Amino acid sequence: MGLHETKYKGLLGWVDSRVPFVMNAWRVHMVEYYAPKNFNFWYYFGFLSMVVLAIQLISGAFLAMHYKPDSLMAFSSVEFIMREVSGGWFIRYMHSTGASFFFIVVYLHMFRALMYGSYRTPREILWLVGCCIFLALMAESFFGYLLPWGQMSFWGAQVIINLFDSIPVIGPDLSTWIRGDFVVGDATLNRFFAMHTMMIPTILLGLVVVHVLALHDVGSNNPDGIEIKDKRGPDGIPLDGIPFHPYYTVHDIYGLGFFLLAFFGVTFFAPEMGGVFLEGNNFNPADPLQTPLHIAPLWYFTPYYSILRATTAGFLIWIALAVAGLGALTYFSVRGMRLRLAVAGITAVLLALLVVPKVQLDAKVWGVVMMGASVVILMGLPWFDQSPVKSMRYRPAWHRAVLLVFIAAFLVLGVLGLLPPTPLRTAVSQVGTIMYFGFFVLMPWWSRMGEFKPVPDRVQFAAH
Amino acid sequence: MKNISGFGISLRAGFGAALLAIAACLGAPAAGAAEAPIDHWPTDHQYDKASLQRGARLFVNYCLNCHSARQMRWNRLRDIGIDDAQIKSQLIFGDQKVGDLMTVSMNPVDAKLWFGKVPPDLSVIVRGRNTDEHRGTDYIYSLWRGFYRDRTTLTGWNNVVYPNIAMPNVLWQRQGPRVATITRVEPDDHPPAGGTPGGLVRTVSVFDASGYAEVSRKSVDGGATGEEVSFTPLDPAAAKAFDGDVADLVGFLNWMSEPTAEARYRIGVWVMGFLVVFLLVARWLNKVYWRDIK
Repeated sequence: MGLHETKYKGLLGWVDSRVPFVMNAWRVHMVEYYAPKNFNFWYYFGFLSMVVLAIQLISGAFLAMHYKPDSLMAFSSVEFIMREVSGGWFIRYMHSTGASFFFIVVYLHMFRALMYGSYRTPREILWLVGCCIFLALMAESFFGYLLPWGQMSFWGAQVIINLFDSIPVIGPDLSTWIRGDFVVGDATLNRFFAMHTMMIPTILLGLVVVHVLALHDVGSNNPDGIEIKDKRGPDGIPLDGIPFHPYYTVHDIYGLGFFLLAFFGVTFFAPEMGGVFLEGNNFNPADPLQTPLHIAPLWYFTPYYSILRATTAGFLIWIALAVAGLGALTYFSVRGMRLRLAVAGITAVLLALLVVPKVQLDAKVWGVVMMGASVVILMGLPWFDQSPVKSMRYRPAWHRAVLLVFIAAFLVLGVLGLLPPTPLRTAVSQVGTIMYFGFFVLMPWWSRMGEFKPVPDRVQFAAH
Repeated sequence: MKNISGFGISLRAGFGAALLAIAACLGAPAAGAAEAPIDHWPTDHQYDKASLQRGARLFVNYCLNCHSARQMRWNRLRDIGIDDAQIKSQLIFGDQKVGDLMTVSMNPVDAKLWFGKVPPDLSVIVRGRNTDEHRGTDYIYSLWRGFYRDRTTLTGWNNVVYPNIAMPNVLWQRQGPRVATITRVEPDDHPPAGGTPGGLVRTVSVFDASGYAEVSRKSVDGGATGEEVSFTPLDPAAAKAFDGDVADLVGFLNWMSEPTAEARYRIGVWVMGFLVVFLLVARWLNKVYWRDIK
């Protein structure tokens, strides 16, 4: 009869014989996907990012039913949602809280990868896709923040779009092209709405699917950083693997309970989060004639913003010194004349652009370069990390200290980005910037130093 | 699991270092930060319907002529216990309906001419005035209690919280006359002949109830710069009642900034309760399944 042979009975059998891919996917990705049994706290955040994505997509769709992407109506339409739409305040607060929680869970998810070497072979592409998701998420947030059309929306967008101005040659035309006007206005709002609700979510969803498929192809890493697929039972199933469903579904639902308590705790009792999640000045309608005294980006962008502000004209010489040192270190570490020449050449060009008069680029350009580099540099991690073991558990104790110093620098940069600058704060953020980049660019050297502990054959697991 | 506990210790050490660095930076205030004397709005009548209703009456009588509240519908006032008949008979002076928005008929172009700027819409003003330094409620409470007569301004009024404010003190009849004494210690830009350059000068300005100022300047050797303000009400009873009026008014503005806040708290408690039950069930489910895993 041309029907697919099915092992299911009744309605499910009828469906399965017609669309076998559904139950096939269920098997491959759920009941016969074997995940390491030693997942800990840090392994909740991948699942939780998907939960937040779902919250954002659904609440966003309902917001879009009432929101008006028109510079004369946008601000009022948000207040209309808050006051007149049934449950509108709930939907809006879920969406605004979800934006911040998205970054919280994604940052924790990335920290997990740093701790357990989840980006190492064979998961490099998985990591790169994850980095692309992070970039898409930043774009999504940036476009979305303009939509309430408050003072911070307007001036934040103004500042960020003006950054493109500093790109040599094409900068001014590029920023006009992004705005769709010579100033941030109705055209900008309309296109940002389209990007926020159509373009970026589509890209984001596609990337998430690729991310999960790529994960399920190679299998999950685990806190011990060993490949469970290397030790299989007679049935071909990894000895330390357990079916994702039901074990990790119930596990994730348990974690979801904690997450929802935190998420709805904020949504219902502190949606402004003291002005960090919803800024006071964004309750004032956008006014192109009144520049706020202090323009700070959203909290999750502040580490990168701090790096941008730290890059002053006086700081370029320090960057040059760091580049020279790194160039020399690389020169003597690589073998082969061609490679060495390339290293010397790149170092010379960078130094020229940094400090040689008439050739050097403006500090503003370097600030933008540094800010961009601070995010893009994450993509290099699989190749920077040269340690013989993946997980921090079996690396020298001081490697953990290095990681924590990096996290501390990231947090300090984050706090400083929220505050108006003072000479002291700028100096601290410059030190933080050096530490932030130092972690990555020196990793090829420090990650292989020290005494590594023996890695066990099987994962460490204590039955519950 | 020994690794993990060591990790925890270094985690704490790392965060401790981060917090120290943050504290060091927070200690240094931003240069040129204005020091406005901000009082605290008394929150004891925050949810008191009578107080909110008094605030609504003051708002409609004194504010809603120049300022609009165009995100608010008249009949939303039902939430604070004012019914449609009361709204129609006591609050709406024009031909608006109870379902209309609380708009005003002042033309923005005229407003710009008369005041120099268009009076802002007050629907979300309390949230709009929230900053890192102060709460919006405290700011507006202090602003209202910071007016003094000053003949040198266009309206005859000035304000210690918002110097040269365009808005006159429209509630002055309720407050009664006051004498303002403003003491400022600042670097001396024009030291007298023979005076030490770079010294400080102490200016005491006493504005009488009609707004005429008596200013005395004196060079001082040391001490901190800053501003001190004191008011002497000529009708202390009225001034005290006025403070209550302003507290009611700010309470109303606070309520109007987010009329759904009360529902938010009420529903939130139930949601939290449900989630705790959800968590317990999920915990039990997890435990039952994971029993098999050795």
